[in-house]
Amino acid sequence: MLAKSNVFDLLGPIMVGPSSSHTAGAVRLGGMARKILGEKPVEGTIFLHGSFAKTGKGHGTDLALLAGLLGMLPDDERIPEAPKIAKERGLSVNYESVDLGGVHPNTVKFDLVGQSGGHVEVVGSSIGGGTIVIHKINDFEVEIRGDYPTLVILHQDLPGLVAQVTLLLATAHINIASMRVSREKKGAKALMVLETDQTIDQAVLALMRTLPRIEQAMAIEPL
Amino acid sequence: MRAYQDWVIEAETKGQKLSQVILQDQMEELEQTEQALFQRMSANLKVMRESVEAGLVGKRRSLSGLVGGDAAKVENRRNMGASLVGEIMSGAIAKALAVAEINACMGKIVAAPTAGSCGVLPAVLLTVEEARQVSERDLLLALFTAAGLGMILAERASVSGAEGGCQAEIGSAAAMAAAAAVELAGGSPSQTADAAAIAMKSMLGLVCDPVGGLVEVPCVKRNATGATIALAAAEMALSGVKSAIPIDEVIDTMGQIGKQMPCALKETAQGGLAVSTTGRRIQADFL
Repeated sequence: MLAKSNVFDLLGPIMVGPSSSHTAGAVRLGGMARKILGEKPVEGTIFLHGSFAKTGKGHGTDLALLAGLLGMLPDDERIPEAPKIAKERGLSVNYESVDLGGVHPNTVKFDLVGQSGGHVEVVGSSIGGGTIVIHKINDFEVEIRGDYPTLVILHQDLPGLVAQVTLLLATAHINIASMRVSREKKGAKALMVLETDQTIDQAVLALMRTLPRIEQAMAIEPL
Repeated sequence: MRAYQDWVIEAETKGQKLSQVILQDQMEELEQTEQALFQRMSANLKVMRESVEAGLVGKRRSLSGLVGGDAAKVENRRNMGASLVGEIMSGAIAKALAVAEINACMGKIVAAPTAGSCGVLPAVLLTVEEARQVSERDLLLALFTAAGLGMILAERASVSGAEGGCQAEIGSAAAMAAAAAVELAGGSPSQTADAAAIAMKSMLGLVCDPVGGLVEVPCVKRNATGATIALAAAEMALSGVKSAIPIDEVIDTMGQIGKQMPCALKETAQGGLAVSTTGRRIQADFL
């Protein structure tokens, strides 16, 4: 059963067809990958799994994923022209079919390089009606749906760091909706993912980066 | 779980339209003003109108080349006064094809409730608008009635082809369109329930068997036939014909049938028309 909660879930979204999962959801996945990279992507490989690989062509999934990487939204009528626009903006991508194992049939892996040389791997699925989930950023398992402002912090596992991060949020009157902490092993690399009710502005993010042992802090706006 | 019938009783007790009850419910749910909700719905209506217009021109073709230009054929015959089924029915058929074709051709549409079933509701409502003098406000209210029923369909059953087959997508769209058409044509809240039940009953059991897994064959034409079922159901309900089975039970039945339906017939392209000789050939040629 789909938890459709309001009238605009049933009439909407306004989107470019033909499929909410294979087109609209794919645009959102590309958009999330771009936001996670945190800069303009210049190069990348898009690995298509399952139904994305099998029926993606007819649904324009390849075009939609690319459009998302270019920062387009699901209702952008330039989605079919994404390859041309990518060329103009200096983004080159390859597509490959891949078997990612027992994941959702509509799953994609992005391997992206940004204009300042940043690199990220993002795995996500389109799970129906345009809803998406990002499962993996680099080697870390996450669960990001893009419904809330999301704070992602890559850091060294250190006692008290979680408290410092949440204190900064509290001081900025930002309420936490959900939080997940994971690490490679004790004292090694760790990841915090927090969904919040309020937007995380750049000033707060800058303060986060001054905390000890923070390697990367990014704020992802809801899509 | 919520029931459509509860809204019908509330509307009739208060002497309101069904849409007004839904609007009130949503103002509370979304913590937004009536004006804000109308504005969002207006944005939907605007895109619905644009997609009808774009589709009736008939110039675009889908990625596979299988879809495009059929709405224009029906519209042209209608404009020549040659329609067998008359202005209203042929108008709805043309408009439903138009929007569904635009969807298949990567044009902009409103999912209603899904992209695959996006043609039914705009076709039926804009056809009623052509046939009757209705205000923009009433048209928007009718969309709230459609969406309200959609919420019940999603909660009690499903509006996803992968979960419930085509009955859950175009069946739901037809039920939503039937209820909205009745309200727009001046019917009572309980008549919207009868229309929705009659439309949904006519679509029960319909499988989701897209050729090559694409939202093209048979999806586009089913939007048109779905629209005619919605209008037939509305006509019956407006005449006082009642559904023997109440709407909420029909919706539960649709959900149950969806569960009983084999996976091969739920958007996997492994059964039905997708595996017909021609269906397989189309898939092999394109994919």
